[in-house]
Amino acid sequence: MEMESILNSVQGYMYPNEVELQWSVLIVLYPFITGLVAGAFILASLERVFNVEAVRPTYRLALLTALAFLLVAPMPLQLHLGHPARSFEMYLTPHTSSAMAMFGFIYLWYLMGVLVLEIWLDYRKEIVLMAREKTGYLGKIYKAMTLGVDNISERSLAIDDKVGRFLTIVGIPSAFLLHGYVGFIFGSIKANPWWSTPVMPIVFLFSAIVSGITLVMLMYMLVSWLKGHAMDMNCLDTIGRYLFYAFIIDFTLEMLDLIHRTYEADESFHALNFMMQTRLYTSQIILQIILGTVVPIGLLAAIQIVRVSEMARKGTYVLSGILTLIGIFAMRWNVVIGGQLFSKSFLGYTTYKMGLAGREGMGLSILLLILPFVILWGLVKLLPPWDEEQAA
Amino acid sequence: MTIDRREFLLQTGKLLILTSSAAAALEYVLAGTPEEAPGYTVADHYWAMMIDIEKCIGCGNCARACKEENGVSRQPYYFRTWVERYHVRPEEPELPDVDSPNGGIDGFPEKYRGDDGSKSFFVPKLCNHCAHSPCTQVCPVGATFESPDGVVLVDKKYCLGCRYCVQACPYGCRYIDPDKKVADKCTLCYHRIRKGLTTACCEVCPTGARQIGDLKDPNDPVHEFLRTHKTQVLKPHMATGSKLYYNGLDGSVR
Amino acid sequence: MKELFKDKEHLVRMVGLFGIGFLLFGLMKIILVPNSFGLYGHYRGDSLAEVAAQPVAYAGRGACIDCHSDIDEARTGSKHAVIGCEACHGPLAAHVAEPEKLKPKLPDGEKICLRCHLANPARPVSFPQITLKDHSTDDPCTSCHPAHHPEIS
Repeated sequence: MEMESILNSVQGYMYPNEVELQWSVLIVLYPFITGLVAGAFILASLERVFNVEAVRPTYRLALLTALAFLLVAPMPLQLHLGHPARSFEMYLTPHTSSAMAMFGFIYLWYLMGVLVLEIWLDYRKEIVLMAREKTGYLGKIYKAMTLGVDNISERSLAIDDKVGRFLTIVGIPSAFLLHGYVGFIFGSIKANPWWSTPVMPIVFLFSAIVSGITLVMLMYMLVSWLKGHAMDMNCLDTIGRYLFYAFIIDFTLEMLDLIHRTYEADESFHALNFMMQTRLYTSQIILQIILGTVVPIGLLAAIQIVRVSEMARKGTYVLSGILTLIGIFAMRWNVVIGGQLFSKSFLGYTTYKMGLAGREGMGLSILLLILPFVILWGLVKLLPPWDEEQAA
Repeated sequence: MTIDRREFLLQTGKLLILTSSAAAALEYVLAGTPEEAPGYTVADHYWAMMIDIEKCIGCGNCARACKEENGVSRQPYYFRTWVERYHVRPEEPELPDVDSPNGGIDGFPEKYRGDDGSKSFFVPKLCNHCAHSPCTQVCPVGATFESPDGVVLVDKKYCLGCRYCVQACPYGCRYIDPDKKVADKCTLCYHRIRKGLTTACCEVCPTGARQIGDLKDPNDPVHEFLRTHKTQVLKPHMATGSKLYYNGLDGSVR
Repeated sequence: MKELFKDKEHLVRMVGLFGIGFLLFGLMKIILVPNSFGLYGHYRGDSLAEVAAQPVAYAGRGACIDCHSDIDEARTGSKHAVIGCEACHGPLAAHVAEPEKLKPKLPDGEKICLRCHLANPARPVSFPQITLKDHSTDDPCTSCHPAHHPEIS
């Protein structure tokens, strides 16, 4: 039996019910994906609210990326439930003291109240033009999206812009909330010292910003390359700079947490330290800290200081971008899985064995990571983000 | 109400129970022969449990009876109550050796010597039925709760199976029922204590190391026990309002 | 009034859509929340009775003594007098319900005795324990120690 093999890999003493891990790789995906959403949105709002004109070429792409990932975000949670059909109870009888219960509401608010509305307002002119032009079922879709209003007068568009700007301003704290509370879901569990720290929401937030900016940067490069457009180097360099700043804050916070734990060395330290040196060594020290954080920060810092060719900068962005995404994924993994590998008695350790197939297997997780790109492809077809270039 | 509580319980009970023998047993117990089952009012009771470590002999009767009484699957490795054996060496009191082979059900094969300056003892564990329970705090839908009579229960028809409560319990007392895919845990034999019976684990404990007590009943021996013993709860720094009072709890126990 | 909504009709319609959404949500909440929810707290009040309706497997010593008062008398004055019958005999609520049909098996003497009385350093020192090789013969425990009154008089 599978349980037997897990029992054999238990080292030291675990409370009997702890031997089986509760949250699998699906729950690793969830903060990873919501993080990408929050980060992408923050990048979009740079242009809109803070008037960073240089990142304008990525504005719409960032919004659509956020939407595509946000649509997928609840799927791993839903799949992981013992009774997926009962999830609507979270809306019917939300328990106000539960961080998880608030998920549904923050999610819906962010999806409908912020992202969908903002995209709709931003694209309304194109939607109306398309509705006039297209026929067939595509035309019907555009028609539905116009809500039956054909008005794209100067004044109406100016109003849209104003409302959209307001929504972005509301959207920034909402994005902070969306990912901050994901950190709170873990950070508020006092039973688990690996999770329980007030820094957790902030660490989650900044790592989210880092991962979201990185994703949009890579998407922009990929799309430009696929379409044969010239990349706007000013835009890329600006994104790279913001990524560097966000990364510094993120890394500082994570190291602060680590140093604080090591120095305080409370009752859990012995167990957590042992874990980091054994079962989490590869994923935490190697993947998350060295390859996923120190190396990309170093690369990004280098091109801030040294003047290098355009080609070299592009290469650096791609390399550091990929490393960053791996590092952030490793960070989510180490939090979610790492937090369950040790006993709450601090006397023993279990292992996590990820299957290939099945509801909690690796195959499905990979599918869930591909799905947002498929949705994004559809969204881009429906609402092309690069009208200016096309016109040119 | 047109039907009284006992009638109501009997009817719902019969509906829920599939086997006729079990139904008969329920009917019998409800008929009140063990102790006249009184009209139980939740507001009149507040349950707690006392555990006397100095009396525990590690026979595993409690863990075994719990599985029998509550239909907890023997495989895999889930327990509503289990017994741990601690072995504390004087030079390292903070790092005891602990084991609980099959939750103590099959007993504890002799493993430690008694004459090397170390000490060993048994610690029965179960849900602490916390008054400020972290598990009910995190439940997103209200599928687990502290009943008015002080018992932490799971509503198996309402639980999503999100497993957040399992994460939130500092004592490792919860698990996911592998058949029903919902959270499961000790109910303090709620179906028994409401009928005036004691819990299954207390019923079969040969040394009286476990006893339930009704904190709202002034005549319950629990008050005498708490008055005359230096009691402690598990992980007091967690401030969960645990109602599992241990006598003779060693500092190494966690 | 008309001037106020000029060029804003699409926004008004969107707000309307949201309004319909809220209304539907409210309606669903009224229909789908279980009746007994919130009776005692943030949970289904009915679930208390549902948990309590679980059948009993251990009848409790009171039920045993009702019929087997002779055994209870035999235990008087013994250290075993305080032990619940089902601690050794196993769960017997089914027997209580149908005494003739479901006859309990006699417990496996030695195994049951040793479960408690085999020497183990983790057991309290004051508790009577034996090491098999130092203790008497190969005879069954009960030949010297009657289970219901084990003291050798």
